[in-house]
Amino acid sequence: MTDTTTRIAPRVSPWNNPVIRGWIWQFVLLVALLVLTWSAVENAATNMASRGIPTGFDFWNRSAGFDINQTLIPFTNQSTYGQAFWVGLVNTLLVSVIAIVLATIIGFLVGVGRLSKNWIVARLATIYVETLRNIPLLLQLLFWYNAVLKPLPNPRDSLSLFGAIYINNRGLILPEWHWGQGADYVLIALCAGIVAAIVYTLRARRLQAATGQQSPVFFISLGLVVGLPLLVFAVMGAPLSLTVPQLRGFNFVGGIRVLPEFVALLLGLSLYTACFIAEIVRSGIQSVAHGQSEAAHALGVRQSLTLRLIVIPQAMRVIIPPLTNQYLNLIKNSSLAVFVGYPDLVQVFMGTVLNQTGAAVQVIAITMGIYLLISLLTSLGMGIYNQRMTLKER
Amino acid sequence: MKKLILASMLLAGFGAVAASAGTLDQVKQKGFLACGTNPGLPGFAIPDDKGVWSGLDVDLCRGIAAAIFKDASKVKFIPLTAKDRFTALQSGEIDVLSRNGTWTQSREVELGLLFAGVNYYDGQGFMVRKKLNIASAADLGGASVCVQQGTTTELNLSDYFRSHGGVKYEPVVFATADEAIKAYDSGRCDSFTTDVSQLYGERLKLVNPEEHIVLPDIISKEPLGPAVRQGDDQWYNLVKWTHFAMINAEELGITKANVDQKLTAEQPNIRRLLGVEGDYGKGLGLDKDWAYQAIKAVGNYGEIFERNVGADSRLKIKRGLNNLWSNGGIQYAPPVR
Repeated sequence: MTDTTTRIAPRVSPWNNPVIRGWIWQFVLLVALLVLTWSAVENAATNMASRGIPTGFDFWNRSAGFDINQTLIPFTNQSTYGQAFWVGLVNTLLVSVIAIVLATIIGFLVGVGRLSKNWIVARLATIYVETLRNIPLLLQLLFWYNAVLKPLPNPRDSLSLFGAIYINNRGLILPEWHWGQGADYVLIALCAGIVAAIVYTLRARRLQAATGQQSPVFFISLGLVVGLPLLVFAVMGAPLSLTVPQLRGFNFVGGIRVLPEFVALLLGLSLYTACFIAEIVRSGIQSVAHGQSEAAHALGVRQSLTLRLIVIPQAMRVIIPPLTNQYLNLIKNSSLAVFVGYPDLVQVFMGTVLNQTGAAVQVIAITMGIYLLISLLTSLGMGIYNQRMTLKER
Repeated sequence: MKKLILASMLLAGFGAVAASAGTLDQVKQKGFLACGTNPGLPGFAIPDDKGVWSGLDVDLCRGIAAAIFKDASKVKFIPLTAKDRFTALQSGEIDVLSRNGTWTQSREVELGLLFAGVNYYDGQGFMVRKKLNIASAADLGGASVCVQQGTTTELNLSDYFRSHGGVKYEPVVFATADEAIKAYDSGRCDSFTTDVSQLYGERLKLVNPEEHIVLPDIISKEPLGPAVRQGDDQWYNLVKWTHFAMINAEELGITKANVDQKLTAEQPNIRRLLGVEGDYGKGLGLDKDWAYQAIKAVGNYGEIFERNVGADSRLKIKRGLNNLWSNGGIQYAPPVR
């Protein structure tokens, strides 16, 4: 018809277009990865099936037939493998959370102690850090297990505190408490106390911002949170009864028992991780320019307040990211529990359940997935905290 | 951890192992037999101070190696915990698992294994301190019991207390028998439970073995024997018949010492077993003197028993159920013919 020869730009073939080419390569890589993964899974599944190894997850609802000595959620030998998984997971979380809290407290104290002007305190802190962080954790766990266990007497010669708390080589046995009638009011008083304390703190802050006047926030909050429930507790006629453990046969009956395995693992994990936290805290504090505390002192701020209000908040920005790593390490290290006989996720699920069911690939995949999930959630939490603590530029 | 390595081997190695030649060919190619054993159980599998292994389970592997290579030293012992043993066999890391393992239905149908025979008829029992003055396992209500993880022991223990009116007890579970027995020795547990043969062996490791007794109760049937992977019938037969050959040798009076003289014996049963008449090794992929080689290397079943766990050993376990059927026991082997 009509020949249009008005070309604006020479057409580039799509193959030479860098954007399209980039996409093609990405796509090829993706397909290759998918094929590789799929063939690996398929290969394993076919070969497992051909050898009569279970490939599904049917074992999850079958009855387990074994017992576990620390169960925070109900578990009997007629419960399922799935329930055993939850028992193990809860035990892992229990020891990890308490160890993290302990490690953080000890770590902060030792970290600050290493910078102390008191020669003895500083040296003791240094010795603590240098000794414990240079010995493998597994050896420390075995040491604590034997150190905790060996000197303790057998149940018949238990050490007793106030005739209610007993210590022997089966663990620490505490009286069990039961709330009686009127206990609800104590709980309500506690909640009310917490709310009142928060309201009071916020008001005190506003007052200080407006007038500079300070209020005794700590003591009033303490009174509201602890004193008020105690008062109600007394008024209601102490609605709390204790079951004191009784020695019957081999061991104590009644009461709550803390296993020596748990204590050993808790001590090992928290003391070991505390060394690293101490060093992180020390480096964090040293990263705050000296001029900051000098300025505070020049304004007449006390040493303890300088540390709490000026240095630590600035140090936290440096401390939090490596602190997260230590928390993650601690959670992962808790899997060494099996060596001291503590029934954590690895011991119960990757040990006994794997062996009874033979579903190695599935069980290990689930265990790895759970550790990944716990670690990612911890990272997420610490990430949010970190964001709140970052320098807010105004 | 070892477990992870094994799991990745499971994933990666399956194709290779399953698709290629039979186990016997692989063993011949490697030049040695990979035998999974207990890391240290007196009487069954334990290395001495020079690293030389001895025991009932070990001698079976030596016998198999002798049958294949005519050389009982061509065997590599791979110590495995109870927890890792089946994964190691499934993944092809070992050729035969001779690790005082109990033959159960689920291990065959669910784990994909085959037990090739019963090397030792055992049962689970309890060890306690003498000073507790306990006469029977039924008195163990409320006790703490140390137990090794990943064993039938853990399940039997649970079943036993459940069937005795749901008596309460506390299981304290360890990854290895060594840790479990140490915890028992340190007083953490009132009792240690495992197969009776193993109790006698472990008792020797205690600080004061005389202060401990093994209770008379047997709470389970524990037929212990070698296991192989499913899907290779020739290999399964080889392991099974090496074991049977040793029992038959005892029955026929063939010993390590007199096996050469027996070559000229008249009895057809002896002639067939030793390969003088007929060729019974061919179907197993072996030469016709396979049984001769095995017996020459480790002796007959009775000799192996007495040397490792019986009268000639520190364990002094009586033959009991493990005697030949003709002597009041239940060890019985089908004939070679």
